Amino acid sequence: MPHINLDNDLPGIRGLLSFRPETAGPMGQLANILLRDDEGISRAERELIATHVSYLNDCFYCHTSHGATACQYLNGDKALVDQVRKDYRNAPISEKLKSLITIAASVQKSGKAVTPGQIDDARRHGASDREIHDTVLIAAAFCMFNRYVDGLAAKTPMDLASYDARGRQIAEKGYGNHIFSTPQPVSI
Amino acid sequence: MSYIPLEQHLPGITGLLEYRKDSGAPIRELTQILLRGESTLTAGERELIATVVSSRNECRFCTAAHTAAANILLENTDTVEAVKQDIDTAPVSDKLKTLLHIAALVQISGKAVTAEAITAAKQAGATDREIHDTVLIAALFCLYNRYVDGLATMTPTDPAFYEGLGQRLKQHGYNRLPQGYDHLKTKDNTLKSI
Repeated sequence: MPHINLDNDLPGIRGLLSFRPETAGPMGQLANILLRDDEGISRAERELIATHVSYLNDCFYCHTSHGATACQYLNGDKALVDQVRKDYRNAPISEKLKSLITIAASVQKSGKAVTPGQIDDARRHGASDREIHDTVLIAAAFCMFNRYVDGLAAKTPMDLASYDARGRQIAEKGYGNHIFSTPQPVSI
Repeated sequence: MSYIPLEQHLPGITGLLEYRKDSGAPIRELTQILLRGESTLTAGERELIATVVSSRNECRFCTAAHTAAANILLENTDTVEAVKQDIDTAPVSDKLKTLLHIAALVQISGKAVTAEAITAAKQAGATDREIHDTVLIAALFCLYNRYVDGLATMTPTDPAFYEGLGQRLKQHGYNRLPQGYDHLKTKDNTLKSI
């Protein structure tokens, strides 16, 4: 049960966003800018970074949701998404993405945990300034989103198919206030 | 040296928000709503929440900036120092103490927030909206602190820089300055904040 009375029964962050639509607006915009940007790393790669950080923060709602969205961009490859959660270094992803996830994993611990060596490694694998910037900010943003969701004990659905339905909705329509103001997607 | 090229005259967070203005805009807007928008918590109280979280994340730039803003808004320097040392003995209301405790738990992890900490806040008179905003402010500063330190932005050491920044945060809040930041460029590369 959520720590506060949200006056709605929506899952995860959606219930919190609906409780306070004024703060929901800029959070939805930030998610769209960081996770649906087509410059540099792809939408799938951005969602994988978000999934890994949320997994490290042990936020079940967030890592399952963003994993489901990543899956939409990866032809339904759940095994790949799961390997990025738990063992990205041995996952069949590019060396560049591995080096960026390493940076994101440091950010999850603390901003100070990011080392010049990790940045050099990412550059050696072809990461641009903008990709390094976006990786750090995605990781930092999920340290916010994860704490928001778990810090208020948002509702965590245990019906895993519902995450696939929401992942499909996000892949198709993006983030924004529609995720709490329109009817929730139905599992197929 | 920051990990990515940022404007030399814009240390800390400002250079990052200017580096990518499109992501900077919603971050600024969220902060303005949470720290300066309509609320039953004063702007000074909300700056204390931001300061406690930044201090525990050991983010020197954010801690100094929000300490300066809190000092100006609270019109004293003792409160913020006391809150950073020990929430329980600081000269703030019992309600704010319970909210600062929640913020300190959020700094560790969302999962660290206990039902007991929430109950204590409610018993001290905190509303659901106040608890919500406390958790979100604390979470937002976990973003800021990681953004600022994760890209190794420059941290000025001159206390006068932060006094000026505190004034700017009092006058303009977290909105981008209407004239931008070019007026802060100096010929001798000294740092101006206002």
